[in-house]
Amino acid sequence: MTLLTRIAPQLIALAALIALVSLFFPGFLAVDVSGGRLVGPVIDVLKRGAPVALLAVGMTLVIATRGIDLSVGAIMAICGAAAALSISSGLGLVPALLVALAAGAVAGLWNGVLVAVVGIQPFVATLILMTMGRGVAQLITEGRILTFSDPGFAWLGSGVLLGLPVPTWIWILTAAAVGLAVRRTALGLLIESVGVNRRASALAGVNATLLLIAVYVLSGLCAALAGIVETADIRGADANNAGLWLELDAILAVVIGGNSLMGGRFSIVASILGALIIQTIGTGILLAGFPSEYNLVIKAALVLIILVLQSPRIAAEWNLWRESHRVQPRERRRT
Amino acid sequence: MNTRALPLYATIAIFLLAYLLAWTQFPNILSTRVVGNLLTDNAYLGIVAVGMTLVILSGGIDLSVGSVIAFSGVFIAVVLRDTGLHPLVVFALLLLLTTAFGAGMGFLIDRLAMPAFIVTLAGMFLARGAAYMLSIQSVPIQHPFYQTLQGAYYLMPGKGRLTLIGVLMLLVVVLGMVIAHRTRFGASVYALGGGEQTARLMGVRQGRTTVLVYAFSGAMAGLSGIVFSVYTGSGYSLATVGTELTAIAAVVIGGTLLTGGAGYVFGTLVGVLTMGLIQTYIVFDGSLSSWWTKIVIGLLLLVFILLQKGLLKLSGSRLAGGAA
Repeated sequence: MTLLTRIAPQLIALAALIALVSLFFPGFLAVDVSGGRLVGPVIDVLKRGAPVALLAVGMTLVIATRGIDLSVGAIMAICGAAAALSISSGLGLVPALLVALAAGAVAGLWNGVLVAVVGIQPFVATLILMTMGRGVAQLITEGRILTFSDPGFAWLGSGVLLGLPVPTWIWILTAAAVGLAVRRTALGLLIESVGVNRRASALAGVNATLLLIAVYVLSGLCAALAGIVETADIRGADANNAGLWLELDAILAVVIGGNSLMGGRFSIVASILGALIIQTIGTGILLAGFPSEYNLVIKAALVLIILVLQSPRIAAEWNLWRESHRVQPRERRRT
Repeated sequence: MNTRALPLYATIAIFLLAYLLAWTQFPNILSTRVVGNLLTDNAYLGIVAVGMTLVILSGGIDLSVGSVIAFSGVFIAVVLRDTGLHPLVVFALLLLLTTAFGAGMGFLIDRLAMPAFIVTLAGMFLARGAAYMLSIQSVPIQHPFYQTLQGAYYLMPGKGRLTLIGVLMLLVVVLGMVIAHRTRFGASVYALGGGEQTARLMGVRQGRTTVLVYAFSGAMAGLSGIVFSVYTGSGYSLATVGTELTAIAAVVIGGTLLTGGAGYVFGTLVGVLTMGLIQTYIVFDGSLSSWWTKIVIGLLLLVFILLQKGLLKLSGSRLAGGAA
């Protein structure tokens, strides 16, 4: 199966969505150049979608191992708080970013060890950090919203590079790096094998434990990047609201990308398209003049539709129905 | 000794020990005022946790309850504001609605054969979105009947108030215990959580049980929403974010196995009270910040999950040893 046929449903959905939004808001696809930067609703989608797109990269791999990471929103809050604290206490930009990334890696390591070594179900293991994480973030910010005015850090959230917003570059580069790492090596295949059957792949010589831990660490790192982008964008770390419910958006993006929650085959490109679809819905609702409250209901409806499409039971019945139609003509010919 | 009950004993021991430690520091923590408030403040959590206990016992999870509580509050407030209906009628309507909502989710989980957490995740979006659509602002409830409800309490010796909603929570726990431990439906729930294959072979009607369990959880979430609206006197669509996690934590700390099939409703009450105690202690101490609550609850959750893991391994090896 080539990449294009794999991502065709997502591309069609995105195109249909853009057409729909353009009906309500004709200028949706218009892009202007203003002061050396591209401006337009599409560029806005590419920028605002950055946190979910980044989370979706890590979440895709986690879900491919038949896991789930519910803690990414909380990790975003922790890393954003850590970065803001480091910056405002006088550390330079690079050390602050390293601190935030290290915090994300440690959080991912914690999840990975709980899942792979202790053997707790993924959604329970990451639930612990989801509950605790915001407490930890508030501990770092001491319950305040930490603001800062470092232009270098703010550039990561609202700057422009070669015409495109910096957050867009960050998610494109991250997705490309991870995508190449898993698809140009055997890594992706090994991750899929662990997701399909961990015991069998361990018996076949795959270091499943290490691989699982690595996947959760990567998810933590992606969450750290997302946290950095969001904190830099609003120039402040809000422990309560940073990344709130983004874990759900990230899961939704992966599922829209056609990746099965039962693990196995995955596609990072499709997940990224899923993230863009979610962001297009959000931006489209605002542009079309609907109140943003509709956003959650539409997302819920989307999840339900995808659930029906992914359902193993319905797939089995569909196959049965198709088989019965395929067999009948042949039998008729024989008689 | 029954190893299944060990987590329950551990929970009760930890609760008593924690209370004792808190008491040596602040003798007032044993006063009826504090005890009464402990029940009142955690009434909505206790009620929703009873529903969650049954869901988890059946091997499922319900992530939608926090949103359903918020929806209930907004629904009651908006309907009372815009119509002349009596609150009791509104309560009945609401319970019908949330029960149907839960049953719908149960139906989808059973029919689609999809993980419960993703279906209830959709339910979580849906309920929260519906609450947003009704009203984004916090809506006050000014019906005189609400003042009656809020003022209904029994004055215990020592001036502690045993409020209506506190008593309601205790009644719901008793109801949950009866349903889980004394009815055929309860036995089906345990069987389903113990293993779907076995349950089916035993003759458990899997689909019906699943639908009923989530319907019960939906009803409890609705009731909890009513209690929460009495407690706060308003309906707010952003209220009780994350309550589903607190409820799950209470159930697990109460000794119910997260994989389903083993646990006690009574343990959930102890779990809820333990979390309430942590909060009360932090308030009494005054120097600790409130976000320590989340961290301590998270750690307690971890400790109990590890305890369960250890117990499962222990009973597993004992079974293997008995066979050999």
